[in-house]
Amino acid sequence: MSAPALMKPSRSAASSDTLLDFRQVAMQFPNGTVALSGIDLTVNRGEFVTVVGPSGCGKSTLLRIASGLETASEGTAEVDTKRIGYVFQDATLLPWRTVQDNVELLAELGGVKPRERRAKAKEAIDLVGLGGFEKNLPKQLSGGMKMRTSLARSLTLEPELFLFDEPFGALDEITRERLNDELLRLFVEKQFAGLFITHSVSEAVYLSTKVVVMSGRPGSIVGTFDVPFPMPRDPDIRFTARFAELVGEVSHALREGHH
Amino acid sequence: MSVSTRPEVTSSATADSQRHSARISRLYSRRSTLWWPPLVVFAILLGVAYLVALYYDKVVQLPYLIPYPHLVLKEFYGDPFFTPLLYADLLNTTQVALTGLACAIVIGVGWATLMSLAKWIERSLYPYAVILQCIPILALVPLIGSLFGYEFLSRVIVATIIAIFPMVSNTLFGLQSVDQSQRELFELQGAGKITTLTKLRFPAAMPSIFLGLRNAAGLSVIGAIVGDLFFQRGTPGLGVLIQVSTARLNGPGTFAAIIVASLLGIAVFLSFGWLARVVVGKWYDFG
Repeated sequence: MSAPALMKPSRSAASSDTLLDFRQVAMQFPNGTVALSGIDLTVNRGEFVTVVGPSGCGKSTLLRIASGLETASEGTAEVDTKRIGYVFQDATLLPWRTVQDNVELLAELGGVKPRERRAKAKEAIDLVGLGGFEKNLPKQLSGGMKMRTSLARSLTLEPELFLFDEPFGALDEITRERLNDELLRLFVEKQFAGLFITHSVSEAVYLSTKVVVMSGRPGSIVGTFDVPFPMPRDPDIRFTARFAELVGEVSHALREGHH
Repeated sequence: MSVSTRPEVTSSATADSQRHSARISRLYSRRSTLWWPPLVVFAILLGVAYLVALYYDKVVQLPYLIPYPHLVLKEFYGDPFFTPLLYADLLNTTQVALTGLACAIVIGVGWATLMSLAKWIERSLYPYAVILQCIPILALVPLIGSLFGYEFLSRVIVATIIAIFPMVSNTLFGLQSVDQSQRELFELQGAGKITTLTKLRFPAAMPSIFLGLRNAAGLSVIGAIVGDLFFQRGTPGLGVLIQVSTARLNGPGTFAAIIVASLLGIAVFLSFGWLARVVVGKWYDFG
């Protein structure tokens, strides 16, 4: 039974749904480089937010602050969950471990018992469509399969907030589109919130509920677009006029912000 | 929900394995065409050795300086006095070399691990590894003798000092070769230094450690023989045998001992190369 709305704490319903809340976040590295300035960004439950921007605009720094790998030099960066998944640009698999053992890694580091983490890993491997490849080593996998393994590894954490740092950037177009569909399926099924970094505008529009456009260095937000297409998403929306229009708007904002 | 991506997955996997087996068969065919050229060269060298031996026998008239190859061969099985000595000395040299190698591994890996833990430790300790490498070991050998005696211990110390540098530098290089993103993966899970060392850095360093091990193994044999040349007391090894044979103008014996020493070096080098392939060859391509 859910409590009546009136009994909810007064800090408003919206904020309890907020998993990531950046206010006026700026980042200046010790060498003087200003990577980010004045970033306001929220990611709520049920949202998949994509950040597009030119390379070197500090998009990755944004993620590193969210994950706790870096600390913002100004502003507040609040993340309201401990269950954070982080998918790196490359698959970062350990080459001496099989797919199964790679997927078990995070649970292993978290002290989960062998039997339990084996079951978790098995489930995650099936979820990303790698069933049957458990005993393969990374060098026997294609780029797409490596990325799936990496996704499965993060899924074992059952993340509430999933951070993606241009995970599909190095993949060919066909593999990339397939993985986009897989990711959307996982998003609907697992109900995590996503913060996804990319430099592909169409990938951004296709994947997300909200697209954030950043300017070149120092990175700041120059536009935010809500994506109206419902979830689960029909792959064919990519060929609709509305999709093309939105891609156009985002690209325009991207070019405006790029000085 | 069903997974629509199986075709991509399977086809690329079979393509991979096909490429893999193609490479293996290419490797084998290359091997099968390449076994005879070294043999031809060996036959030529043997012929040259006979000619030179003939020259030293008939013209120079000092046949013990360069003996006929078949006389050398006979030392390996047919000399009632020399043959048992040869194998006993081989055993002793092997013992010294392997003990020295074991010390070099333990000290070298420990040293490198310590340095990998913090930059300041590395900065304090690495120069001494380089200095140790730069000391002309022969200059140090008489001192080692007068400090530790002229027997087994001193021989082992010389073998260790000669073999240790590749262990230190290769282990350190391996431990530091880990990708930043892999380190961050561990950091995000709150893994400590020890966990990161045992689950990430050490496994990642294995190929490099094994390369160091292979070099160190070859050097430890050199060290054992060098030690022998200086320390004549205690159980003698191949170095002593070479010196004594030369002094007694036993040409075939000298050559037999030199050949055995070389074969020991080669055997040690090959077996550690083989061990490397067994342990890490599954995921690492030594090329």
